[in-house]
Amino acid sequence: MLKLLWTDILFFILLAGFAVLIVRTRGREHLRRPWRKVARSRSAMVSLVILLVYLAIAVLDSIHFHPRTEGENDQYQGEVISVLDSWMTPIRTRVEKTYSAPFSSYAYAKEMIRQPDGTQRWDYPRLQYGGAHLADPEREKTADILATGVKGLGKGTLVWLVSAFLVIAWRSRQDRVGLAESFKRIVLGRAEIPWRAVLLTLFLILGCGGMLGELGLRYHVLGTDKVGEDVFYQSLKSIRTGLLIGTLTTFATLPLALGLGILAGYFRGWVDDVIQYVYTTLNSIPGVLLIAAAMLIMQVYMARHEDDFASLALRADFRLLFLCLILGMTSWTGLCRLLRAETLKLREMEYVQAARALGVRQGMILVRHILPNVFHLVLISVALDFSSLVLAEAVLSYVNIGVDPTMESWGNMINSARLEMARDPVVWWSLAAAFLFMFTLVLAANLFADAVRDAFDPRRAE
Amino acid sequence: MNAASEALRAKAQPETATALLSVSDLHVSFRQGTELIPAVSGVSFHIDKGETFALVGESGSGKSVTALSVLRLLPHNGRIMRGQASLGGTDLFGLPEYAMSAIRGLRIGIIFQDPMSSLNPVMTVGRQIGEVLRLQRGLQGSASRNRALELLDHVGLPNPQRHLDEYPHQLSGGMRQRVMIAIALAGEPELLIADEPTTALDVTIQAQILELLERLKRESGMALWLITHDLGIIAELADRVAVMRAGKIVEQSGREWFFEKPEHPYSRELFIAMPRLDACLNRPEKQNSESLLIVEDFKVHYPIKQGIFQRTVDYVKAVDGVSFSVAQGETLALVGESGCGKTTLGKGILNLIENSSGRVRFDGADITGLRGEERRKRYAEMQIVFQDPYSSMNPRMIVGDIIEEGLRALHPSMTETERRKRVEDLLQSVGLPKEARLRYPHEFSGGQRQRICIARALAVDPKLIVCDEPTSALDVSVQAQILRLLRELRDRRRLSYLFITHDLAVVAELADRVAVMHRGKIVEMGATRQVLFKPSHSYTKRLLEAVPKLRKA
Repeated sequence: MLKLLWTDILFFILLAGFAVLIVRTRGREHLRRPWRKVARSRSAMVSLVILLVYLAIAVLDSIHFHPRTEGENDQYQGEVISVLDSWMTPIRTRVEKTYSAPFSSYAYAKEMIRQPDGTQRWDYPRLQYGGAHLADPEREKTADILATGVKGLGKGTLVWLVSAFLVIAWRSRQDRVGLAESFKRIVLGRAEIPWRAVLLTLFLILGCGGMLGELGLRYHVLGTDKVGEDVFYQSLKSIRTGLLIGTLTTFATLPLALGLGILAGYFRGWVDDVIQYVYTTLNSIPGVLLIAAAMLIMQVYMARHEDDFASLALRADFRLLFLCLILGMTSWTGLCRLLRAETLKLREMEYVQAARALGVRQGMILVRHILPNVFHLVLISVALDFSSLVLAEAVLSYVNIGVDPTMESWGNMINSARLEMARDPVVWWSLAAAFLFMFTLVLAANLFADAVRDAFDPRRAE
Repeated sequence: MNAASEALRAKAQPETATALLSVSDLHVSFRQGTELIPAVSGVSFHIDKGETFALVGESGSGKSVTALSVLRLLPHNGRIMRGQASLGGTDLFGLPEYAMSAIRGLRIGIIFQDPMSSLNPVMTVGRQIGEVLRLQRGLQGSASRNRALELLDHVGLPNPQRHLDEYPHQLSGGMRQRVMIAIALAGEPELLIADEPTTALDVTIQAQILELLERLKRESGMALWLITHDLGIIAELADRVAVMRAGKIVEQSGREWFFEKPEHPYSRELFIAMPRLDACLNRPEKQNSESLLIVEDFKVHYPIKQGIFQRTVDYVKAVDGVSFSVAQGETLALVGESGCGKTTLGKGILNLIENSSGRVRFDGADITGLRGEERRKRYAEMQIVFQDPYSSMNPRMIVGDIIEEGLRALHPSMTETERRKRVEDLLQSVGLPKEARLRYPHEFSGGQRQRICIARALAVDPKLIVCDEPTSALDVSVQAQILRLLRELRDRRRLSYLFITHDLAVVAELADRVAVMHRGKIVEMGATRQVLFKPSHSYTKRLLEAVPKLRKA
């Protein structure tokens, strides 16, 4: 039985909005042109594939439902899990006792182990799930890993072959050439869109995915954290958190920045003065303090209305939602300033004057003439801010005013690494996993945003 | 091959004995995506020492590209495909890049069209000239400063000491162009290329700059390669003329021969399209009809605020007490140089700019103080067509939407089919196909865009159209077409025009009455014939003197 949380609903509304924008772009030639330029850039298309994979994982993780409870007890009734959770069930439920290194069969900390003959030994215990199928870990591990890895790679390649064929078939229908011709074009890299690079990236992702999937069933591929949860599972769950912060924040930013920026630039006079005072003041307050204050208010609210937030998931979700809103409301000033400057320029354009002479009302002028001509700034700003918002979440969690500690996020993983790095031997895998996933997402987002900026900035037009 | 082209080729043979620059069979193309678009296709000519060679052609003909390729200053996607250029024996295309720096500036100088964007706005005039002197002549310090002063004096700047330390924005357009010429002369070149040197300048300044170029040429024996689209300029200056069209030279001959008997049909077209002052002599007198627009004591004053309390110390009197009237079906031309306030007046009448005082009466009613809905409807009977066809339409709207914008605002009861029909009718009446309504503005040429703007103005059935220099940005043949269109529309729909321009010859073609503006005031007003041929005010006389003789004939 589906139970969508607040953030899920908003996320899907946002995705629907994007879909509508894409459909409207298809009809207008002047909008399609810059996107075609983006499509021709190899780095942009590779980044897009990576971003879409992240997006797919986030979407899977956003469809929450109540699981069918086994047995008669309603113990799990309050718990909601997502589609991603249920897909990764074996990995999710195989919880160890404490830390363990990646691919290890032994726990991280020594324990008193009861020997079969009664005596006790102070040694590393075998993990309950990780590498449990191996009789002699030292010797068999490498071979087992290789074999499982190859099996996973094979599965991944199979999926890839199907998708590659679909792509070639689709291109052959679009370009109206035969399958063989389409295959040749794509393989030799002669197509307009760099499909070869895209397919190679897809192969890497599916191959790695297949390997990790297979290996994950037998080992903890990225180790376990303090309470024994699989780090690989945690990293995948954190994707949703990072992505939501990057995208939902625009919900709060855009109306404020667009509305106030355009009004200030177009009407000037006292409207402009008031808006300028507002955003200058807001900009002068340190953002972290504002966010900290807002989060405290939210915590007090949650404490006062205990009943509304019955389950842990709901509490964490509300906190995430609030964080997105607050981040949005403190970061609209930059875009607002840009839009105001652009509007100041646009209102002197001759076609705006012609519209006034033709008797077009002010509101219509704003919507038909100003708004479409500042949209490229909005697009560039959203694309560039995305990565900085993902990074901001990590910083905020570090200062304990980010997402709920029970929610999986890269920020929380990095936060706990503070103490982990102080141990001996160093517990590095949690930090490394968070870093790897976050780095890939931010790099892909930045490369894509660069290509979008190059395509949409009229001054760089070639 | 007929005799004409034989003669053409014979004239184009480089006479290496006296030729300073000889270009043969030059082909230049631009790379766009994967295509190569030819800009110059087989151009051959030569320039002798000390002569003035004029290369005439409309925009897009490839004349600037030819000049840039001789200097090897093409943009990065330009390629010299074939051809040779030699400067007094040196093969220019065979030189390595570092050797070209000994040619550019030292042996060939160049001045460009728009002096504001050719001068560095953050460097003083003295530093910019000094830069050239240091690089080309190795002068530094006080020697460089003295030479710079000499050069500024040579080009006729009235106060060289003061101007040497000023920034480009502190100088007027004419003065900036003189500075550019000084910079070009600093290297003491053998050949000076002038790429449309006076297009951005007023007609009186234009005359002065051309005189300066002629004097400099005479004094230093330098050759001058003049690139322009204005036949009037070269009638007085050039020794030899070449006409370029679509990347080829279609005619090349000496000046007298060219102006007496142009051979190529395209050259003849250029002559016919050129507006002349005597065009007003053959038109019948306009009948008196009632006044449509009456403007009384119109003032647009911008306050100058100074000091910490922003007190108003003085006013910039852009329009200072202007009164005139336009009758129904009449065309009143508003003439003046840049900065005289004519555009401000035109926009102020339409209430696009706030006026400080004055009354505007339109169609019997006083519309000065109207607000809101009433204002919207009343002012819509006066429309405006702007100067720049490239920025006067929203690039993200299709042509159909642009034209019907006024209809949607003022006639909300019209259905979509009715609006579409009207848009198609309008497009046809301005000479564009019906399908144009589905395309974007950037797909049209400058003249076609201006037609779309005219259609947009006509959509709401105005009685008066303010034309703010609508043809200044267009080529001479396109200008002739637009003027013809404006005449047709006026006759068919009984429109009145307030035609703002700086070109007196265009005035002669179109206007019934002329008002001459100078520094915010109208100094002379009357029937076209009278003002142009029997001017009474000294300023009008000065303007007329500056018009090239060719346009007067």
